[in-house]
Amino acid sequence: MIHAVFIINRSGGLIYNRNYSSQLAQLTSNEALIFAGTFHGIHALAARISPALKGGATRDLGIQTIDTKNFRLHCFQTPTGIKFIAATDLLQVSLADMLTSVYRLYCDYALKNPFYNLEMPIRSDMFDALLLKLVQAA
Amino acid sequence: MQASNLLKLDTRASKRSNMLLEQSLAKPRRDKVSLGAFAFLFAEIIRYSQNRVLGIQDLEAKLNELGKRVGVRVFELLMWREKNVHRETRVLPTLMFINTVVWRALFDKQADSLGHSTENDDEYMITDNEPSILKYISVPKEMASFSPGAFLAGVVEAIVEGCQCPARVTSHLVPADGMPLKTVILLKFSQEVMEREKRLETTK
Repeated sequence: MIHAVFIINRSGGLIYNRNYSSQLAQLTSNEALIFAGTFHGIHALAARISPALKGGATRDLGIQTIDTKNFRLHCFQTPTGIKFIAATDLLQVSLADMLTSVYRLYCDYALKNPFYNLEMPIRSDMFDALLLKLVQAA
Repeated sequence: MQASNLLKLDTRASKRSNMLLEQSLAKPRRDKVSLGAFAFLFAEIIRYSQNRVLGIQDLEAKLNELGKRVGVRVFELLMWREKNVHRETRVLPTLMFINTVVWRALFDKQADSLGHSTENDDEYMITDNEPSILKYISVPKEMASFSPGAFLAGVVEAIVEGCQCPARVTSHLVPADGMPLKTVILLKFSQEVMEREKRLETTK
């Protein structure tokens, strides 16, 4: 049961924010922007303070989930620095493949849209509709 | 030493392009292009044109012009490649040709419907419920009257002109239930074509 989806661009700005259930408190747009910036910061911190990996492995990918008493926050970071975040209930353990599908939708309906400027908020009806379908199917 | 290396690189590149020109036209090995690659190219074409025009009508005209250049070449290629086709010169067979052969060669499917306008005798419509090249484009609300199918309209315009039935072709987005990308290509044939049709009808 997915409560909300957020997409953060490479510089930490919020480019997509959608609630899918009324169980979580609704964020005002200002609060959502602050959330995005804060999350971007702590994600970067986590990636840097992780212990050195043996054998020349790649850098740590940063935060993957954050657990609280009532919900769980999943994060998927793409190699280009875009973060896909989903807030779900505690039953979902790992949402990596669903967030990968969201990434695919982003690649299709945002990047191939000539009217979309990079790093700007996403305003595409098709993206909204397909994401809604994806969330309801999960 | 540097210069000779550079020269070697140059001949390699030109050898590759020579090979491309010498490949047989009949049925090339790599017939299809990935939709994603074309979508990126098309999106950049639209953005490029948008920077050089001053309005929606101009943008559609520019895409129409680009489509015309593609249409001329597609028409020649189809005449060469397809079996059992000969160039049509009447209005209705030309439209059938576009609906089936051209659409199948470009998009691997047939156009969804062909219609005749009831009010004006010289207007015909080709409908495509989901043109694959427009699949990823969402037009923002400020430009609601813009139809990116103007490119397809240009292709159709070049082909009908090649079939000796010149027309003014425009494309319109008519979103319907479950088909937000439904595009109608409206062809308005010119006066002399309609008169010629009437004459040919009567003499038959």
